[in-house]
Amino acid sequence: MASTLADLKSLEEDMLAQIDENGIREITYRQALQEALTEEMTANENVILMGEDIGAYGGSYVVTRGFQEEWGRERVIDTPISELGMTGVATGAAIAGIRPVLEIMTINFSLLAMDQIVNHAAKISYMFGGHFNAPVVIRTAAGWGQLGATHSQTFEAWYAHVPGLRVVMPSTPLDAKGFLKSAIRGDDPVLFIEHSLIYRNRGPVPTEEYTLPLEGSEVRREGTDVTLISWSRGAILAQGAAEELQEEHGISCEVIDMRVLRPLDTDTVVESVKKTNRAVIVEESWRTLGLGAEIAARIQEDAFDYLDAPVGRVGSLEVPMPYARNLERLVIPGKDEVIQAVLQALA
Amino acid sequence: MDTGQLLDFYRQMYLIRRFEERAAEQYAYGKIGGFLHLYIGEEAVAVGAIAAMSEKDHLFTHYRDHGYALAIGADPNAAMAELFGKETGTTSGRGGSMHMIHPERNFWGGYAIVGGHIPLAVGAGLAIKHKKEDAVSVAIFGDGATNNGAFHEAANMASLWKLPVVFLCENNRYGMGTAVEYASAVPQMLTKAQGHGIEGEIVDGQDVLAMYAVMQRAVEHCKSGKGPYFIEAMTYRFRGHSMADPESYRDREEVERFRQNDPIPLFKQQLLDAEKASAEDFERIEAEVEEVVEEAVRFADESDFPPPSTIYDWVYFSDGEVGKEPERG
Repeated sequence: MASTLADLKSLEEDMLAQIDENGIREITYRQALQEALTEEMTANENVILMGEDIGAYGGSYVVTRGFQEEWGRERVIDTPISELGMTGVATGAAIAGIRPVLEIMTINFSLLAMDQIVNHAAKISYMFGGHFNAPVVIRTAAGWGQLGATHSQTFEAWYAHVPGLRVVMPSTPLDAKGFLKSAIRGDDPVLFIEHSLIYRNRGPVPTEEYTLPLEGSEVRREGTDVTLISWSRGAILAQGAAEELQEEHGISCEVIDMRVLRPLDTDTVVESVKKTNRAVIVEESWRTLGLGAEIAARIQEDAFDYLDAPVGRVGSLEVPMPYARNLERLVIPGKDEVIQAVLQALA
Repeated sequence: MDTGQLLDFYRQMYLIRRFEERAAEQYAYGKIGGFLHLYIGEEAVAVGAIAAMSEKDHLFTHYRDHGYALAIGADPNAAMAELFGKETGTTSGRGGSMHMIHPERNFWGGYAIVGGHIPLAVGAGLAIKHKKEDAVSVAIFGDGATNNGAFHEAANMASLWKLPVVFLCENNRYGMGTAVEYASAVPQMLTKAQGHGIEGEIVDGQDVLAMYAVMQRAVEHCKSGKGPYFIEAMTYRFRGHSMADPESYRDREEVERFRQNDPIPLFKQQLLDAEKASAEDFERIEAEVEEVVEEAVRFADESDFPPPSTIYDWVYFSDGEVGKEPERG
């Protein structure tokens, strides 16, 4: 049960899903995930959940709280701390015809399962000539919060490097629910990356059932002066920076949320840059060899003649994450860094 | 067991042997590239064990996998064509030697990262339990894989959840070029399984009937809800680890000594001594196998390479073909 004031507040927020006059509710990101899991488990008895501490404990980020009581131990399976093993087990179960949704507590621990994700799940369809598939869904979380060097990383670029995987990193409750349902119903292995600092974010989610295709980026805010590109929590940061740039500096930013990182669709980005002639990419991980580098490369390949300034990149400092609050704040880019990068692109 | 089945065991072992001898020859001609890990000397393990599996059972193996594909019923033409990297191969030239399959019998592949497929087999065991099927999942791996974390994590979960999984360890005394005594702290791999609470036994892997019998016991154990079972089959690889192996780690005398324990002539003599079959029976079977293998080589050679236009096919399973049904048995 909730033990701190913050937990109680979170509980209260989760329960206060409101329905507006158009039937569009505002629910939290966590609640959106819970709805997706509940609906898919209800629709298909072959959907099972697996992961460390998802049952009795309720999930490290409380996404599966109450699920084991509801569905039983056979469908909500607490695994040993065996990231490699449990990822392989989930993948093998998917090959054999059921639909496991595996939770890897944080993306840091997914490195222990890298061989299963990259050498196994991602290869099944292609390597075996399309005769069968491994539709396993792996939910995991990026994020930080004074957790130290090994618990504060985000490796989406590592996985987005690999053909055969679908990698999504939704920033809104709407996308989180629609993507998760599609991932569970789909035919391919999906790495579904959440973010520990946005589980309590609220957003509109329809009351009626829906799914979203696992493809394409989304324009979150239209603008004319510069294109801000990001994903997950970075996309929220970019929108905040865009508001301030408009109010304080009269700069009109177009904000694009990449949402799906493999297959990576940059058509929307390129179209936007052709309009704004400037681009700044915001990522929470290290810039070197990151996703921003790939997106910048594609912008220069497809919109070189439209660029009025070098593509800007905002990322974390190139250090392992320090513990101290002030140092951590220096490492992770904030709104000020994004604003500075935009001003520089327009200088 | 009737004579027909006994002779079929012989036919299957002889087919695997001749198939691989011809493959080695085609490798020398440059028709087959990359890795070619021959199973020669270990045929009795695959043939005996797989004969005790039923249609609904699942199979995941390591990469020395031609024998499993043939024993479970893959078309020799398609298997040879796969070695040649042809469109008509088992995986249309995508997998090659190490990634043979036969989905119609739930043979989900040879896998090439040592130990990596063992959790997959345990996953199939979980699926069987979830769907309440009367089936088992079988993982075949070498002695070397039991030194790997994937084995231990998977073994713990299989035992913890009492899953119907047969762990079949082929102890051929070497992990590539390193002898067991230099790689494993305990001499028998079964000891490691027992540490996870898994029952099992050590068996002569050169004896096809012993393999068949032990697999029947293992399947029965798993299906009766007692959890996984571990078989350690003592065997020996007569050829190098792969075609590139200089075999500097073992001497000829050792190999010659183990060759005296060749499962194929041993079984033949056993049947002759017991008057279960005649010399003519064997001549007929061997001639038939020669034809099958000759046809496989011809088929592979004459088949086309995969069209370059298909290079992106199946990166995603559903590309352009949403809702396509996988070929699960």
